[in-house]
Amino acid sequence: MGSQTRTLWGSGRIGSLHLVAPVWNGGTRGIGGLSRVVAPEGNQKKGRSLLQFLADRFYDVEALRDHLLRKQVSKVHQKNRPFNHINQRYGPYVAGAYFILKQGGAVRFQGREWIRPNQRGHFSLDFLKLQAVPVEAVDASGCAINYQGLDSLLALKELQSLWLQRCPHVDDWCLSRLHPLASSLQELSLAGCPRVSERGLACLHHLWNLRRLDISDLPAVSSPGLTRILVEEMLPSCEVLGADWAQGLKLGPEEQPRDTAGPTPA
Amino acid sequence: MLRRTLLLGLCRGPLGRGLGTHRGGSILGKVEGRGGYRGSWMAPSSSSVTFRTQDPAHDVKTVGRLGGGDRDGKMSEIKKKIQSILPGGDWNPLYDTSYLPPEGSDVVIVGGGVLGLSVAYWLKKLEKPRGAIRVLVVERDHTYSRASTVLSVGGIRQQFSVPENVQLSLFSVDFLRNINEYLAVADDPPLDIQFNPSGYLLLASEKGAAIMENNVKEGAKVCLMSPEQLRNKFPWINTEGVALASYGMEHEGWFDPWCLLQGLRRKVQSMGVLFCRGEVTRFVSSSNLMKTASGEEVNLKRIHEVHVKIDQSLEYQPVECAIVVNAAGAWSGQVAELAGIGNGPPGTLQGTKLPVELRKRYVYLWHCPQGPGLETPFVIDPSGTYFRREGLGHNYLGGCSPTEEEEPDPGNLEVDHDFFQDRVWPPLAQRVPAFETLKVRSAWAGYYDYNTFDQNGVVGPHPLVINMYFATGFSGHGLQQAPAVGRAVAEMVLEGHFQTINLSSFLFSRFYSGEKVQEHNII
Repeated sequence: MGSQTRTLWGSGRIGSLHLVAPVWNGGTRGIGGLSRVVAPEGNQKKGRSLLQFLADRFYDVEALRDHLLRKQVSKVHQKNRPFNHINQRYGPYVAGAYFILKQGGAVRFQGREWIRPNQRGHFSLDFLKLQAVPVEAVDASGCAINYQGLDSLLALKELQSLWLQRCPHVDDWCLSRLHPLASSLQELSLAGCPRVSERGLACLHHLWNLRRLDISDLPAVSSPGLTRILVEEMLPSCEVLGADWAQGLKLGPEEQPRDTAGPTPA
Repeated sequence: MLRRTLLLGLCRGPLGRGLGTHRGGSILGKVEGRGGYRGSWMAPSSSSVTFRTQDPAHDVKTVGRLGGGDRDGKMSEIKKKIQSILPGGDWNPLYDTSYLPPEGSDVVIVGGGVLGLSVAYWLKKLEKPRGAIRVLVVERDHTYSRASTVLSVGGIRQQFSVPENVQLSLFSVDFLRNINEYLAVADDPPLDIQFNPSGYLLLASEKGAAIMENNVKEGAKVCLMSPEQLRNKFPWINTEGVALASYGMEHEGWFDPWCLLQGLRRKVQSMGVLFCRGEVTRFVSSSNLMKTASGEEVNLKRIHEVHVKIDQSLEYQPVECAIVVNAAGAWSGQVAELAGIGNGPPGTLQGTKLPVELRKRYVYLWHCPQGPGLETPFVIDPSGTYFRREGLGHNYLGGCSPTEEEEPDPGNLEVDHDFFQDRVWPPLAQRVPAFETLKVRSAWAGYYDYNTFDQNGVVGPHPLVINMYFATGFSGHGLQQAPAVGRAVAEMVLEGHFQTINLSSFLFSRFYSGEKVQEHNII
């Protein structure tokens, strides 16, 4: 169902088998043109909860709601704080590994096995003695890593493989920060990140050593098929996993699938 | 129904204000037609539980379920009348005055573009206590059809030679990155300014290479490239004539200025800023002859009233004000003249005009199927021609700043297509050979609020008209510095001095003392 809607939306933008996107329309300049401005994240009017109803009428409830929202934001900030004391004592590799493990991700040092936290988020601190061993692979799938949190990752100079699947706070700004890893990064996965769009993918061209890139299932990308083609052109030596090229293309009238129930007369 | 009406009417009691005062809601909000804009009343008392008014338009919709179309209309009319008559409603038995601005306002901001709204936002954010200052934004064109903000190409960069410009841009980028924390309005969806972090690529010829090397400043993530490296990175560039290139890797790119403007407007309305659709036609001020510390006599002026003329009407409203902020963009020079800035013998401080004038600039949109791909940054040629990618369909936006002799007449916003053929296309085709086969799709023109003195902004109060503050004259880089400049002006108004970024070199007095703040990287 979701893919169907996406196809319809995509076909509205790209004409029948033409790969030229329509001209930048002046629609957004209209007074009522707020629709492109806001992220397509659903209508707040439906399903107004009791909290919202009360917050419209009472200043105290409004303050309470704002406080709860700010607490959520500060929780994410707290999770992404840098561990400076660990960095000073044990070095950047251990600090980066600790950061990822604390977030719930997994880390692999060079020549070793994957270190993962268990069900309850606990992990052994054996890796503290691996101060001089570089980190080769990081699996931060589903972690709440954001722009600030990338500080800890960018210190891992020999990182070869980075998986950021389904990270809710990774957006275009974060992708523009990845260029210091250009000399070592060979594999990057961004599948399922809700905030990554084609504008962020444009700054991946700094990663000239990249061999595998996964950009499948990115809901914020407007034309997934076209984006994949453009990214492949941008990174010629990289294998790009993404949407099907023909996704979002509408077939022209002469190519409409005919009913093949009966034999077509010659 | 009657009970609900009475309840509402009674609840508005303690918050009622005088007749003729504009409600907190805005005319601009109504034009947008979104339900999210609730004119917010800031109640003077804070700790007790207070009822907040609701937009009566909402209730009128829910009421009237009686059946029978004629009775519906009549009942809602009667309800409206009852609501307005009860204390606190904007009942004016003679005529409706909701389009007029209030009779007094602490700060009047002339100009509702991105700079004016940014100043309004920061004033409301930094004021103590909450709701202390009444701010009025006067904008004569609510469609923003000629405003520089929305006609801008929307780029933001840190590659400036003046360190204050770099700091302003850095803060603005930070603001844009966290825009949903700064401009969050409850119950409204988050903003997506469509930022493309692709960076700026400034190319320099032999002459400019030395200046470019000096320009790499603290805080800006810029990498200098030789022609060889440039060819490796961007094979579609012809590096003939290029000695050095500086490529901004982070915090640079372009975004949608309309979205920033709407986001600011939405937030600022929710914070209680009043809007008025009108034009400032007169300032009523008084002068005092004062002595400076060195015994010199100086004529200090203070603006008391701003006359706001309503659109398409001869009616005007005198608004008493304490502070006026001139954020009128390309028309700031005219507004300053109204305040009497520049009326005096030339060569004196009284005779120094605000050197901001309208300059027309063209932007062209073209399509080139063989053109550079997704990685195209915002490229600026040594000749002054620039272009950037637009969207995914091999469309590009670009233009060039004309020289002093070729300046087009700024009387209208007509586009000169010959300018593209003669001045923009040849350097483009020379720099990017693929652009030899391009096709222009559309074009538009916009104004620069061009500072003829040194092409950098004017920020801060006027030395003689002591309550007029400037936030204008940015000559093409106003949009990218707007959040930071807004904060600087708000700090100046509230505290009296700059707190975060020191913009004392951008004050008005430099026009009299002759100290230019020359920026080498102006496009």
